[in-house]
Amino acid sequence: MIPRAGAPAGAAGTASAVPPVSPVVPVGKDLLGLENLTASQIGLILDTAEPFKEISERQIKKVPTLRGMTIVNLFFEASTRTRISFEFAEKRLSADTVNVAASASSVSKGETLVDTARNLEAMRIDMVVIRHGASGAARFLADRIDSNVINAGDGTHEHPTQGLLDLLTIRDHRGPIQGRRVCLCGDVLHSRVARSNIWGLQRLGAEVAVCGPRSLLPNAIEEFGVRVFQRIEEAIEWAEVLNVLRLQLERMTAGYIPSLREYNRVFGVTREKLERAPRDILIMHPGPMNRGVEIDSDVADGPHSVILDQVTNGVAVRMAVLYLLAGGKPELAEAAKGER
Amino acid sequence: MADQIVELYGAENLVLVGIQRRGVQLSERIARIIDEREDTQLPRGALDITLYRDDLQTVGPRPVVGSTHLPWALDDKCVVIVDDVLYTGRTVRAALDELADFGRPARIALAVLVDRGGRELPIHADVVGKVVDVPSGDRVDVLVSELDGEDAVVIVPRRSET
Repeated sequence: MIPRAGAPAGAAGTASAVPPVSPVVPVGKDLLGLENLTASQIGLILDTAEPFKEISERQIKKVPTLRGMTIVNLFFEASTRTRISFEFAEKRLSADTVNVAASASSVSKGETLVDTARNLEAMRIDMVVIRHGASGAARFLADRIDSNVINAGDGTHEHPTQGLLDLLTIRDHRGPIQGRRVCLCGDVLHSRVARSNIWGLQRLGAEVAVCGPRSLLPNAIEEFGVRVFQRIEEAIEWAEVLNVLRLQLERMTAGYIPSLREYNRVFGVTREKLERAPRDILIMHPGPMNRGVEIDSDVADGPHSVILDQVTNGVAVRMAVLYLLAGGKPELAEAAKGER
Repeated sequence: MADQIVELYGAENLVLVGIQRRGVQLSERIARIIDEREDTQLPRGALDITLYRDDLQTVGPRPVVGSTHLPWALDDKCVVIVDDVLYTGRTVRAALDELADFGRPARIALAVLVDRGGRELPIHADVVGKVVDVPSGDRVDVLVSELDGEDAVVIVPRRSET
């Protein structure tokens, strides 16, 4: 267990006839990764995401919670799912949003990340959602501006909201994360999704494994405390959940694998391989999929696939994160207690 | 209270909506009584108004969000909001806003177990279990056996700082 960062001081409250609904666990100013979150903080985000699912099922998919709040989605890398998911989450909470794509902004004129953000802050924004190709970019920004910063993927480091939505999806389908056996398959080396998943799953007490060609596993993968499978068949034998990672061809500068066909034959998740599994395995993929490479179509669209549930949960999880981070000042919490 | 609701609004078009958390149990109990006496199957809903609060920016760490469950079409229904304690009226204001996002009921009424006065908004209850006069600052807690193990109404005096 990691020491609890920012444990609530004086949040215990006074004796009352009605017990508090749940202890207050502040999440903090920013969401930069799952590595530094405690189990109770992750649990709070997942529990908060539950009621937000219902909002997206309404005819009027909007609540006034973040009215008047301005959020900038700063995307220095291409993204469809994550950006749209964040945008839906923001809009369904009534925040005002601006999308900045790096290619169409002053970044292409050579403006630095901090200057861009400071200029945005000068226009009185409240939150920044950032995706950047450099690992640590979100932390770098969070240390330098007052707005809340949400990491929407930084290089090969973390993608915390994806990790959270994966946790929520596993919990929806398999119950508590504690003790679940989850294997991340494929391109772990380039995958920020993998890191967020490993840390998040471990924090909640799951057993985590990775499976992929040695060239696509980080050198010190053992230090993550995960089991390593060299063959996908062994992973299928062991796991209850397979989270199949995308082969990140755009980040592969050298020859990591002989050919896509060979990769599919050896490491691809296919129906034939799954049919030999001793149990039903939950199939997940963070998208976008390379069909016929890391995952076959009849698996991706098959009965055990929850890939689209992941996407649905993504909006709810992001709404929960926005809601929690946009919280007011802690010192006012006491004053507001007991009022209704 | 159940009788009064039926008397005022009939049991035909009724939808009972409890406000999280203890209003939900109370509304369930009222609905059960009406179902028994009128031989109906009243639709029940639950409303969590956290996301509609007017003080979200000032309450500090975010309050826990409960679940809203309103799978019924509310258009042209008579919706009765049920809550445990009516105080400032701000919770009811939020509930009215939230209901508006679910449809356009023919009418919306308010039933509360305890009206303790101290309104800060022009809101009144249509059906009241009991009116009590409690100084502002004191708290009125309604306990229901489903959540608290017993049924009771407790007045908690303003906490003495020690």
